[in-house]
Amino acid sequence: MTQGPRFWRSIDQRYNLEGVKCGNCGQAIFPARTLCPTCRHLSVGKLAPFQMSGAGTVESFTVVHSPPNGFELQAPYVMAIVKLAEGPKLTAQIVDVDNADMRVGMPVHKVFRRINQDGEGGVIHYGYKFSARPVRGQGAKGQAPMPVEGPRGSHRSPGAPGRLG
Amino acid sequence: MRPVAVIGVGMTKFGELWEKSFRQLVAEAGLEAVRDAGIPGEKIDAMYVGSMSAGRLIGQEHLGPLAVDEAGLAHTHMPSVRVEAADASGGAAFRQALLAVASGAHDVAVVGGAEKMTDVIDQEQINTLATAADQEWEAFFGATYPSLWAMMAQKHMHDYGTTREQLAMVAVKNHLHGSMNSKAAYGSVIDAKTVLGSPMVSDPLRLFDSASNVDGAAAVVIADLETAKRLNPHPVLIKGSGSATDTLALHDRHSLTELAATRIAAERAYKMAGLKPADMQFAEVHDCFTIAEVMAIEDLGFVKKGEGGKAVESGMTGLKGKLPVNPSGGLKARGHPPGATGIAQIAELVWQLRGTAGQRQVQGAKRGLAHNVGGSGASAYVHILEGL
Repeated sequence: MTQGPRFWRSIDQRYNLEGVKCGNCGQAIFPARTLCPTCRHLSVGKLAPFQMSGAGTVESFTVVHSPPNGFELQAPYVMAIVKLAEGPKLTAQIVDVDNADMRVGMPVHKVFRRINQDGEGGVIHYGYKFSARPVRGQGAKGQAPMPVEGPRGSHRSPGAPGRLG
Repeated sequence: MRPVAVIGVGMTKFGELWEKSFRQLVAEAGLEAVRDAGIPGEKIDAMYVGSMSAGRLIGQEHLGPLAVDEAGLAHTHMPSVRVEAADASGGAAFRQALLAVASGAHDVAVVGGAEKMTDVIDQEQINTLATAADQEWEAFFGATYPSLWAMMAQKHMHDYGTTREQLAMVAVKNHLHGSMNSKAAYGSVIDAKTVLGSPMVSDPLRLFDSASNVDGAAAVVIADLETAKRLNPHPVLIKGSGSATDTLALHDRHSLTELAATRIAAERAYKMAGLKPADMQFAEVHDCFTIAEVMAIEDLGFVKKGEGGKAVESGMTGLKGKLPVNPSGGLKARGHPPGATGIAQIAELVWQLRGTAGQRQVQGAKRGLAHNVGGSGASAYVHILEGL
């Protein structure tokens, strides 16, 4: 089992989809990196926190039937590579969809969910998943289509971290 | 750099070897290789050991001295180091040894590759394989090693019309080849129905699309060509070596339907050898999943991008085809002990180029290529060998 700090360090990124923007080339980067992969040393001191909108499209996907530890109760679940509207790509679960309805190119948006748990009574990890449910009353251009969706159902426990978007 | 040749190869049977420990496997493969080379242990200048995850699987690191010690050569105090590049650890270790001998630092080196998978339960094997992926940004969110290859398969099918049946044909072919290899873990012949009816692992990849993780070890002895000719009557020349890396996470790559690391490692190996894809008579490629072989024959330049599925369907990659791929049975039928696979591929090349591969002999094999991949393609190693 891994120690807590390893996960605390990633909270802003995993909870809020916060990346960085390179002040040198303007590229949005997620997850945050020490150096912009395009500008490298020229980006030192110029990477500013940058909030991704959470909108994206599915580049490719799979339905996982043989899960790793901590995901047994979720299988079969959809994993996908999502291209964010701002450019970066990431790997995440897709929720609110029938597995058979998954398509390459499908629009999705970020939601906040429980990811897994370190064994029985262990640390519960939260982070982003992406929802395929159509968004109602979508906001203006560049805004998060669904900026905050809290943990739902049993996830809303007293032990749940309070740092929602 | 001076020319280097392989002068000895050895390999344990691959499989669920409950009765054998990691160090027994290392010693068994190493002994066979050194005997094959016909040299005494004292002639060895250095050892290299490829292993993906012995620290996790058997709780043992520091494999360099372990191998020397188990070989009974601790008194020589020879240098020995473990090399890691996920399931390309064998290919990586081979390249490090090659560079050391080519540079003149050593004249004779033994390269071993080994993995002991079955001392842990299946779940821990899944978790261990996922350590080759990006732990924080892929595995944390539930991505498994098969799921990454499944996303490549999905995209390849979407973009190029590669079919489920074509993928199945890779497994059918490799099992047929493996049935002629007494050291392969799986000697049974299967049909497409078996593949298509096997349990789903990560859609569209099923159990029989996947190479099984088994126990095993392989070893080779290499020497500079001058020393090689003096020590052994059948040296096999290492004509080309190329390696390349890519982003750790699959999602950061420009394309999901090619492994740029494979393409670039191959370009480097062809350049060093002064050869092109058409100069190869056969290849051992990294078919950790059926889709991986389809993409490999494209990325290695044997067929155009997108035509790998059709090439498999045409029979081109069968033992009697224009370019036999994985005559050994590949990772699929030989079995896949991650650290040993890259060395087992080199051993197969040597047997084929010496003309001693028996029933699965590729007729007229003068040159062969070995292709070893780490994880979802963040590492790739390509080697080209030529019979003398």
